[in-house]
Amino acid sequence: MFKTLSIAAVAALTLSAGGALAAGSEGHTHDVDFSFEGPFGTFDQNQLQRGLQIYTEVCSACHGLRYVPIRTLGDHGGPQLPEDQVRAYAEQNFEVFDAELDDTRPARPTDHFPMSGLDNAPDLSLMAKGRAGFHGPYGTGMNQLFKGMGGPEYIVSILTGYTGEEKEEAGVTLYENTTFPGGWIAMAPPLFGEDVEFADGHSNELHHEAEDVAAFLMWTAEPKLMARKHAGLAGVIFLSVLSVLLYLTNKRIWAPIKGKKTS
Amino acid sequence: MSHAEDHEGTRRDFLYFATGSAGVVATGAAVWPLVNQMNPSADVQALSSIRVDVADVAPGTQLTVKWLGKPVFIRRRTEEEIAKANAVELSALPDDNARNKNLPAADDANGADANRTLAPFGEAEDTGEWLVMIGVCTHLGCVPLGEAGDFDGWFCPCHGSHYDTSGRIRKGPAPENLPVPLAEFVDESTIKLG
Amino acid sequence: MSGIPHDHYEPKTGAEKWLNSRLPIVGLLYDTLMIPTPKNLNWMWIWGIVLTFCLALQIVTGIVLAMHYTPHVDLAFASIEHIMRNVNGGHFIRYLHMNGASLFFFAVYLHLFRGLYYGSYKAPREITWIVGMLIYLCMMGTAFMGYVLPWGQMSFWGATVITGLFGAIPFVGESIQTWLLGGPAVDNATLNRFFSLHYLLPFVIAALVAIHIWAFHTTGNNNPTGVDVRKTSKAEAEKDTVPFWPYFVIKDVFALAVILVVFFAIVGFMPNYLGHPDNYVEANALVTPAHIVPEWYFLPFYAILRAFTPDVWVVMLASWITGGIISAKFFGVLAMFGAIAVMALVPWLDTSSVRSGRYRPMFKWWFGLLCIDFIILMWCGAMPAEEPYSTISLIASAYWFAYFLVILPLLGVIEKPEATPETIEADFNAHYPKAETPAE
Repeated sequence: MFKTLSIAAVAALTLSAGGALAAGSEGHTHDVDFSFEGPFGTFDQNQLQRGLQIYTEVCSACHGLRYVPIRTLGDHGGPQLPEDQVRAYAEQNFEVFDAELDDTRPARPTDHFPMSGLDNAPDLSLMAKGRAGFHGPYGTGMNQLFKGMGGPEYIVSILTGYTGEEKEEAGVTLYENTTFPGGWIAMAPPLFGEDVEFADGHSNELHHEAEDVAAFLMWTAEPKLMARKHAGLAGVIFLSVLSVLLYLTNKRIWAPIKGKKTS
Repeated sequence: MSHAEDHEGTRRDFLYFATGSAGVVATGAAVWPLVNQMNPSADVQALSSIRVDVADVAPGTQLTVKWLGKPVFIRRRTEEEIAKANAVELSALPDDNARNKNLPAADDANGADANRTLAPFGEAEDTGEWLVMIGVCTHLGCVPLGEAGDFDGWFCPCHGSHYDTSGRIRKGPAPENLPVPLAEFVDESTIKLG
Repeated sequence: MSGIPHDHYEPKTGAEKWLNSRLPIVGLLYDTLMIPTPKNLNWMWIWGIVLTFCLALQIVTGIVLAMHYTPHVDLAFASIEHIMRNVNGGHFIRYLHMNGASLFFFAVYLHLFRGLYYGSYKAPREITWIVGMLIYLCMMGTAFMGYVLPWGQMSFWGATVITGLFGAIPFVGESIQTWLLGGPAVDNATLNRFFSLHYLLPFVIAALVAIHIWAFHTTGNNNPTGVDVRKTSKAEAEKDTVPFWPYFVIKDVFALAVILVVFFAIVGFMPNYLGHPDNYVEANALVTPAHIVPEWYFLPFYAILRAFTPDVWVVMLASWITGGIISAKFFGVLAMFGAIAVMALVPWLDTSSVRSGRYRPMFKWWFGLLCIDFIILMWCGAMPAEEPYSTISLIASAYWFAYFLVILPLLGVIEKPEATPETIEADFNAHYPKAETPAE
């Protein structure tokens, strides 16, 4: 009875977890094979650096990354820029207000990226965790279990999901997008392909650009992703060993009580 | 038969020992992160080294910056101040120690002015122009005033400690010279503290 | 302490006697650890240890998080990001705490349904059961308030909706809601008091757990047969039991280790799977998320809350009888708390003379249906409040109440239970035939 119950409980858990996200009429999100997926996935530094370049040259015009300290660009597991490049990047790209100086000054690595410059442009720091691209089916949560939450995929799909249609509503131009919930988004298509030139000569086609910037935003949302997976894996392996030892110990201890042979 | 029993006993002991050890390791691995999380976080650590632009500091003036929560005096001394500092007999110093973090501890350098100044960028000769010190009186932690006191260096108003133009204690209750923190010129006009 | 006769701690050296005559703490620990435990306990008796571990885990990681968290509307969300990005190992500690809540509830539901199946609530264990229900209520309060602390969108709107339930109480509801929130809406005062209480309640739970353990150590553990341990002599009692240490400690810790393998896999590889993406968007009092859903462990009761809409005849009847005092909203609130209350009253609702469901042929089916019902309610709670989910919720809610209020009382009368084993020893030996010849 309880074996079935336990299995049912696990099933219920996946069910409801997915169900929690089964809301509304959602747009279409397509799956992307990112390097950081799966228990052994890692960020691709070159991709993160390309994504940073796209963010800096395109997105940062409107969108901020207020929770991300610029110094973390040099962190292990991130874009891993050398220290002097991080400093130069901060100085050249951003001005911050310094309360002590009571004036603006060029940003330092210890400062955060700026906030969004445009009122209705959401901050992108946590965008890759704040959206779920995959749902259901039927509130079972299976898609999220197998494909992941789909935050970065959602970003890729948004960036590549423009149909080219426009309409005007209450004085605001809306653009048709196959991924955005409701189908009409206020953001004009930000990327068209060949928007940036990569120093490493990597392809700057639209879908490559979209994937690069989505990977970068996954990193801004979850900078400790690799450290977390390492710790999780170490925990799983060590606890498995401990489980085996405890299983044997338990068997040995109970053997006399259960009248089994002791060795 | 006793041999077989011994063998079995050893195997059982080994199993218990292995399980126990694994349990202890697991506990230890769980405790360390709980301790480590109280160490300075990454944002605090990032502030342990700052860069100060000293391009605007003219001879005879001083820049005070906050570093690790304390004031740091960065003084560009005049010829006269340097000469004054060099003229002092070492025997006249209550604390004959350089108190300079940039010198190897094993050196136990004496309190000569040359042991306390910061060398300019690159190959340029150290004229003794730059003096960088933590501006906290070594007596009870007040911040001394600049260009003041009996020796024209610094004067701590709290309990009357007089420091000379090299930041060395000369008179009053303070036991030590003002300490020189880790510092270096990273280009012509930028000092890196820490 | 226990009613089962067993060896007690005897101080031997002078120092032990000295301590024992002043503070008999060693004896207390000895009695607790060496308590005679029915030797036929199965794998559903591991959840107590898992739950104790969860409580410890949540308290320890919670205290750590509190060292870095700031309970202020302007700073709370950013301080969570500070923990996730800057604090040494902070991201992992926070994910442990987040998912630890899920493990806690997962274990508590299995623990609770185990008790319902094996009749652990029946005399003389009513107090154990009631205290357990109090622990469960405290857990719900703690989890709810903890979920508000990150100050994400779901935190804010979850708090708004749940405190709104109190607003449904006739006449005094609005005043109570304002008092709870410290203002007309969820704001800084709410966040601050929730932080304070979220910190306090786990210690209340710890005290209740001590009482829970005290109570069932007094009556002795229940076991899969529901048959009592023989208490006439120590020799007989020893045939039915083994000491808790090392037999059940090692067994339970083994089970805990296996569960933690899965737990670490979730924390390491998909820590946000059980959470809601909207909580990574900072709270905004002007924009409501499209679909507000509580955490999975509240879903069954959330479904019951939503099931009773104004067009349900019971609701209409209640409203008509009370002259509109019981509105549909208030009815839903009563139903939700009632669903927990009927569970708490089960020691007096179950009329069967047989304790364990193992020997109750009809009960087994109804109980199985209750488990499925719980899962269906959980699923409905996650789905939008529209057809066909509303009707399914209503039927499932009705069964929940019917099980406790109608089926259990009736079953005791109409059901013919199977024969129970004479003793625990007999049951145990039936499983392990060789056990009759004691080992050397």
